[in-house]
Formats: sequence, C-alpha cells, structure tokens
Amino acid sequence: MSKRSYVEEALSDWMKGNGPDTDVVISSRIRIARNLSGHPFPMLATSQQAQEVMKQLTDVAANGRLDSYGPFETIELSQLSELERRVLVEKHLISPNLANESRCGAVMLSDNESISIMVNEEDHLRIQCLYPGFQIKEAWTVASRIDDIFEEVTDYAFDERRGYLTSCPTNVGTGIRSSVMMHLPGLVLTQQINRILSAIQQVGLAVRGIYGEGSEALGNLFQISNQITLGQSEGEIIENLHSVARQIIEHERAARQRLLEESRVRLEDRVLRSYGTLSHAMIMDSKEAAQRLSDVRLGIDLGLVREVSPQVMNEMMVLTQPGFLQQVFREKMTPEQRDIRRAELIRKQLQSETDHGGV
Amino acid sequence: MLCQECDKKPATLHFTKIVNGEKTEFHICESCARERGEGIPGTANGFSIHSLLSGLLDFEPVGNMNALGAKPAQQLRCDNCGLTYTQFSKMGRFGCSNCYTQFGSKLDPILKRVHGNTTHVGKIPKRTGVQILLRREIDELKRDLNMQIEQQEFEAAAGLRDRIRELERKIADV
Repeated sequence: MSKRSYVEEALSDWMKGNGPDTDVVISSRIRIARNLSGHPFPMLATSQQAQEVMKQLTDVAANGRLDSYGPFETIELSQLSELERRVLVEKHLISPNLANESRCGAVMLSDNESISIMVNEEDHLRIQCLYPGFQIKEAWTVASRIDDIFEEVTDYAFDERRGYLTSCPTNVGTGIRSSVMMHLPGLVLTQQINRILSAIQQVGLAVRGIYGEGSEALGNLFQISNQITLGQSEGEIIENLHSVARQIIEHERAARQRLLEESRVRLEDRVLRSYGTLSHAMIMDSKEAAQRLSDVRLGIDLGLVREVSPQVMNEMMVLTQPGFLQQVFREKMTPEQRDIRRAELIRKQLQSETDHGGV
Repeated sequence: MLCQECDKKPATLHFTKIVNGEKTEFHICESCARERGEGIPGTANGFSIHSLLSGLLDFEPVGNMNALGAKPAQQLRCDNCGLTYTQFSKMGRFGCSNCYTQFGSKLDPILKRVHGNTTHVGKIPKRTGVQILLRREIDELKRDLNMQIEQQEFEAAAGLRDRIRELERKIADV
C-alpha cells in the first residue's frame, strides 16, 4: 500500500462499522506514549537528535519486526504536503500535533490503518490502535504487544516510581490514553447529555469533541477518555472507561427507544427532513452537515432509513472535512466553494447508495 | 434547580471544585457558564486539564521549603537538558527524562493534583524491567540478611548470601 491510498481513500477499517455496539460506539482507541532513555524529549531535541530517534524507531518497522500485524508503511511528515497532513488528521491516523508542530516527525501505518505509530510527536513514540465499534480491550491488547516489540530493541525512559516518563506530566505513569467515540443523539435530544457528561467528569474521565482536545462536539459525537495515567494499572483504567461507556450505551439506547415510543412522528420528521436536505441541498457548511448526518445515522440505526448503510455515514463524516474535500476535488477552495462541493459530494454519495439499494 | 447566577434558567451544569481540600459547588445554566468562562465539556472553551496545568505547577507548599532549607523551586535546573523549573512551569512540559529526577522533590504535589497519585502501579517494561524485579528481590533479601546477621543466624545468612549472589549474576547476564 502506498502513501497515495492513505490520503485518497476515506474509508479506514475503523469506519467500516464491523464491530460490537456500532449503533452507539463509532470507534475505540488506545494511545500509548513512550520515550527513549537518554534522549531529550522532542520539544528540546536538536534536529540531529530528532533524526537519530526517527531512524532508531522507524528501523523497527523496516526490519520487519511488526510484520505479524500486517505490512507497515513509514511516512515521513516532511514528504507530505500540508493538505495531505490534514487528510491524515481528519482520518484520525495522526494527531494535529504531529501534523503541525513536529520536527523529524514520521508515522508507521499498518495497511488496514488500524495501527499508527507516531515518531517525534510530543513524545518520541506514540502507539495508536483504532478499532471500529466498542473494542477498547482488544485495542489495548494489540497496542501493548506493539509496545513490547519496541521495548525489545529500545531502552525506554522508565522509572520505578513514576513509571513511563513522558514530556507532559498528564501522561506519566502508564502513558495510556484510552478513548471511545460515541454517537449520542438520543441523550442530546432528550436533554440528558449535560447531566451525563458532568457525571462522567466526576469519575476521572474527560469528554471532548470528535477531533480531540478543544474541538467542538459536532454531530452529537463525543470522545470520552481517561484523564488519570498514574497510580492506576492499565487494566483498571480500561475497565473504568469500559464500564462507564457500557452504561452510556444503555442510556443512549433507552433514550432512543423513548423517542421512538413517545414522539415517533417528530423523530421521523427530523430524520427524513435531514435526509431530504442532504439529498438535495446545494450548499452545506460543515456544521450543518455534521448535524444532518447525525440525524440520518440515527434514522438508520432505528430502522427509519433503510436505503443507506451506516458505514457510508461514517465515511461521509470524514469525506466532508475541509482537507478531504480539497483532496477529492483536487483544488484549493475558499470556505464558500467548499460548502458547495460538500453538498455536491453528499448528494452523489447518497444517490449512489440508493442506486445500489443500500443494505 | 435554577441557575444560581441568573436565577432564571434551569441549572444544567454542575461543578464541584476542590481547591486545597475546600469543596465548592456551582449549579449554573449554560449561558452563565459561558460568560463566566467555566468550560462546557466538549466545546471549544472546554475545561482542559492542560490549561489548568501551568497554574498548578506554580503551586508551592507554603513554609515547608524554608523550614527544610531546600532550594526554592524557581532556581532548580535540569543538568542534563538545561530546562529550569520556571520554564517547566510555564510550558507544562519536561525537557528530558532526567527532569523527573532533578525536579523530583517538587513533583509529588503536582502529580497528586493531576492524577490523585504519585506512584506508578502499571506495566513494567518486559526486558529492562526484569532488572527492576530482580533488584527488588535482592533488596528484600539483603534486608533479611542483615536481620539474620543481627540475630547471629549465620547459617541462614549464608543461604541468603548465596541467593543474592545468584540473582546478582542473573542481573549481570540480562
């Protein structure tokens, strides 16, 4: 697989929706932060030091040590245009930090895009596993094995008392950030979301929008992750997130059922209005697109819309991002032009879905 | 419950702040929260631990350093990467793994506030961690050894000494 397909195809494995509980959980992600002992962290490294770290870490993939997890391709960030970087961020394959601020940054990507290993991000090594649906424990198992493979040939900065040492004190200890991306339109429509989100924060979890820290919760998508990395084992951290997410899934399903039972016509009206708008509108900004896509996705999950498949909705979420749109149409666009192109792309996608009969 | 700021809209956001052990609760509506700059989860002005972090890092327990005659935190500097504690508290980032040792004495209150804990209990590196596990065992055996010697149990002590030597050889082999 070449760099080309990573930036041109919108559909990564995590978007195909073949996982448990995909009606509520879009994806599950584990990220582990590691550093090499004896090297300054990327922020203070000289270019030469950063280069050495990149060579040492990318050699692990080059020497075939990761082969049991599929072919990997190493991409240096300096080989990518600004637009290509943006596309990889929109697909969640690299972090905004790696895309915009890294020196000698690189990423090793597995061919199904479920594993991405970033080099010279805020820390020397960031191992990410991204799975469709609710598979947080599975993601940890794989991430931990990849971690072991790197540890066989590199000396990590590890301290008995503080654990894995990271550039930011918020990651020290286990260095793990586990998160689930949840679609919660039921809780939003029944106005329970704020109560639930504040409860989540009280048990040491953080809530963010779809593109991470500081991003807005567009399209009723919420990313829930652990905040604490020190003083709890990885197992406890993941179990905590898992059980909270499990409860949210049940609340969300109950809220959807209630909506169906108590205000079916209003719900159908909302879903089909959005479907109509997406099918026919000529101008669509990203905020509206996110909201309408969320409505239709809810309709699909409740069986109110049958001619569109859920993965098309996942794909469109990514396709309609500014970077991806420009990649698809191969031109640089003003925001106004993007809104027109976005509407065009959505119309075409929905048209081809209904032509093929959906699911 | 009505918003305690405007007394008009229903309170939808409920915060509990614990500062220096003092608990304060807020019940406010979304628009008042925005005005006050209290973050709303998942929005752009969202509460983030990073934004609070640099505030936390300035935290210096009053009185205790003078009593102990320790260096004020602001003069600390990592002798490996050159980062000063002041720079660290501005950026909220360490410069290298050695900073953890150099700023060691100041980190406990920070880590306690961020994580509620100061000590790692999770994964240990498989390869390099073998040494940590062996060293822990040796330390324990050495304590036992001293105890046996004090009690003049020389036979038991000899057994322990052999075991320690064996483990030390193992460490050298790893």
